[in-house]
Amino acid sequence: MRGILAWGGYLPHRRLDRRAIPALTGTGGGAGRRTVASYDEDATTLGVAAAAYALQDAPAEPRALWFATTDPPYADKTNATALHAALRLDRAVPAYDAVGSVRSAVGALRAAFDAAVPVLVVAADLRGGLPGGPDEAAGGDGAAALLIGADTDGPLLAEIVGSSSLTEEFLDRWRAPGEGASRLWEERFGEARYTELGTEALKLALEAAGIGPEDVGSLVVAGLHGRAARAVAARSGVPADRIADPLAATVGNVGAAQPALLLSRELEETPDPGRIIVLVVLSDGADVLVLRTTQALAGHRPTRPLAGQLDTGAAVGYGTYLAWRGLLPVEPPRRPEPARPSSSAAHRNRDWKFGFVGSRADDGMLRLPPSPLDGTAVPMSGTTGTIVTFTVDRLAYSPSPPVVFAVIDFDGGGRLPMELTDVDVDEVRIGGRVEPTFRRLFTADGVHNYFWKARPVRAPEREA
Amino acid sequence: MGSNGIKDRVAIIGMGCTRFTEHWDKGVDDLLLDVTGETFASAGVTKDDVDAYWLGTAQSGMSGLTLAKPLRLGDKPVTRVENYCATGSEALRQAAYAVASGAYDIAMAVGVEKVKDSGYQGLNAFPIPNDGTQRTLTAAAMFSMVAPAYARRYGVSDGEMRTVLARIASKNHANGAVNPRAQFRKEMSVERLCAMPAVAGGLSVFDCAGVADGAAAAIVVRAEDAHRYTDKPLLIKALSLVVGDGSGLMDPAYDYTTFPEVAASARDAYAQAGITSPAGELAMAEVHDCFTPTELVLLEDLELAERGSAWKQVLAGAFDRDGELPVNPDGGLKSFGHPVGASGLRMMFEAWLQLRGEAPAERRISTYGSRSLALTHNLGGYPGEMLSFVSILGTA
Repeated sequence: MRGILAWGGYLPHRRLDRRAIPALTGTGGGAGRRTVASYDEDATTLGVAAAAYALQDAPAEPRALWFATTDPPYADKTNATALHAALRLDRAVPAYDAVGSVRSAVGALRAAFDAAVPVLVVAADLRGGLPGGPDEAAGGDGAAALLIGADTDGPLLAEIVGSSSLTEEFLDRWRAPGEGASRLWEERFGEARYTELGTEALKLALEAAGIGPEDVGSLVVAGLHGRAARAVAARSGVPADRIADPLAATVGNVGAAQPALLLSRELEETPDPGRIIVLVVLSDGADVLVLRTTQALAGHRPTRPLAGQLDTGAAVGYGTYLAWRGLLPVEPPRRPEPARPSSSAAHRNRDWKFGFVGSRADDGMLRLPPSPLDGTAVPMSGTTGTIVTFTVDRLAYSPSPPVVFAVIDFDGGGRLPMELTDVDVDEVRIGGRVEPTFRRLFTADGVHNYFWKARPVRAPEREA
Repeated sequence: MGSNGIKDRVAIIGMGCTRFTEHWDKGVDDLLLDVTGETFASAGVTKDDVDAYWLGTAQSGMSGLTLAKPLRLGDKPVTRVENYCATGSEALRQAAYAVASGAYDIAMAVGVEKVKDSGYQGLNAFPIPNDGTQRTLTAAAMFSMVAPAYARRYGVSDGEMRTVLARIASKNHANGAVNPRAQFRKEMSVERLCAMPAVAGGLSVFDCAGVADGAAAAIVVRAEDAHRYTDKPLLIKALSLVVGDGSGLMDPAYDYTTFPEVAASARDAYAQAGITSPAGELAMAEVHDCFTPTELVLLEDLELAERGSAWKQVLAGAFDRDGELPVNPDGGLKSFGHPVGASGLRMMFEAWLQLRGEAPAERRISTYGSRSLALTHNLGGYPGEMLSFVSILGTA
């Protein structure tokens, strides 16, 4: 029997109030808030965060990694390898991308259920569109990771009991590579196709599982076509109070990450054993996974629950959002642009740059970065620390000035001056608690410069 | 400390210094020709009389050719040196040791920097290919962390600290105002300085060194030969260079209220020179006031003030030009400007003028005539990751 061994969901810190949109554009917007990735986050860094949360709670090491996104930071070059390095997975653990559409994410998930080893499926997306458009308002940014394995790998939190998949070629939405916004065919056409496909696939999957719609404890319908998702849910025969909240009012549609994120949310929200959770994904066809929760779920407490992340977060202005997305060119800092990092130097130092691994000498001193004279490698990415002193630099180059820098003393030893992120200048204080976070410092010559920053530990996000 | 020193074995017999300013109309070659011409005249020698040259420049040129080409030096040994902001001092140190060794009879140290051709404000390091994990913080922000740390350790209020730092800048501006070679020639009141907006931590741009182009130079010979060239040589009493291993950045015990590398180089220099009471023996000090909190901490690390007391002495005016121990009487980096490779030699140039009575009366130090020793100090790097140079020069 295969199923879910662990999950992790990550929501970026910033939230955009949709009411702020029409004030500038004269159109669009809506009610509620959507999540916004910081200027230093991309699909890869979001994915690292979610995957790290999942692995914190995992009973087994992944033996393969799949990374799905509609917004890959690189083409030609695999993005999953940066996740692999940041998560410090063994080099014999293969890491692959599944990019392009929401369907890639559910495809990776299906492959994981069909595999013979524990597979970590990470999905991350930054969704947006042209200013004032429906995709911008409806979209969200976030990531989710599921560790899929067998009951011999550890206690399954939910078992797969049925599935179905229908594939069909038709044009509902499309985007040429490199374009910042999708284009859509008349909405009614896609709604009709997806409603039919979703309804049929759901029926097939429930039959495969040997159950009826009345047995479903929670129905999750994911996909970028919001009206179709609602229609499939409405026709499913599943009572309305068992249709999962798509988190439109608080997160938005996180694209490739939506299926795993909403599934994680259901597992976290109602950890009752023996409950049927059905995931329907509408993307160029329809895929359905039928899961039954286990006794182990009842005792499982995620280290980084989504609930805490939904409740926290800080507002970002619409102008800042547009600037971060490259949709509003703002005056750059009058400092030289940073040079691209050296590929060979980054490769030599990959344990430090991607894995945040320091070293400890025989005398006990912890060095960050590591010294070639020291014998012991010390991974620091999961270690929290305390702000000893800090400064706000309004002169240094940053894609989003000012730079907030702090000297961090890590719990258990080690000190490093680090850039802070997800923080407002007036909330930084000496003694504040921070944790490392994998970020994209800048992009130069098309090279994304990934490294670790520190961000405040926000109490409600992290249970004791 | 393993240094033996070369006390009284080498003398400076001639010096020169350009104005430090935004030399939009002068390049490196022009600055080098100006400063070496002045220095040759000061010593009464020609370029051919000098046996060997050391050129200090942080990033305005590479190799000895940077000096040899504009001066049209014929087949001379010319060495380019670089050691962060101590680059100019390092050039002098190499030249002094070269004549002390007997390898050469006359050597010249030249420091130059052309910083205003970058198109950006401030100093911008030439990027060496790296893994992209280096700090991107400005020097101003790194040094800004010193001020609150010092204030907390010694119970100085934020308001008092702001005034102390402004008092340091105001002093250096007052000194620069009467110095025709200084970049900034305007007095600045403490009140005005306190009102400036912060750009890095609590520091305003007026807490930062002036960014200027400029050059300075010195010619050295063995002390016994000095009187062939001048009646008033400046004797080298001590030269100390200490390079830390950068562990302060990673050391949880480091508290940002002191620069241990500076304290170590001061101890070494005082030992070489036989100085036991720096505050009571020195006539003046030129210290590396790259930022106002730097000068505050240097006063203590260089033993010019007791630990935790420098801020009170600053407020009392002890380090003013007419105070008990004038510090940065030429205006310092703050007001004279900071062309990296030239600054160390510029400091020695002030000692050359003041100790030998050549500084005009309106900017003469209070100690002139009663004391004969000057200290110059350069640092390079950042709190926790630093190198420090100290020289002691004297006329007696």
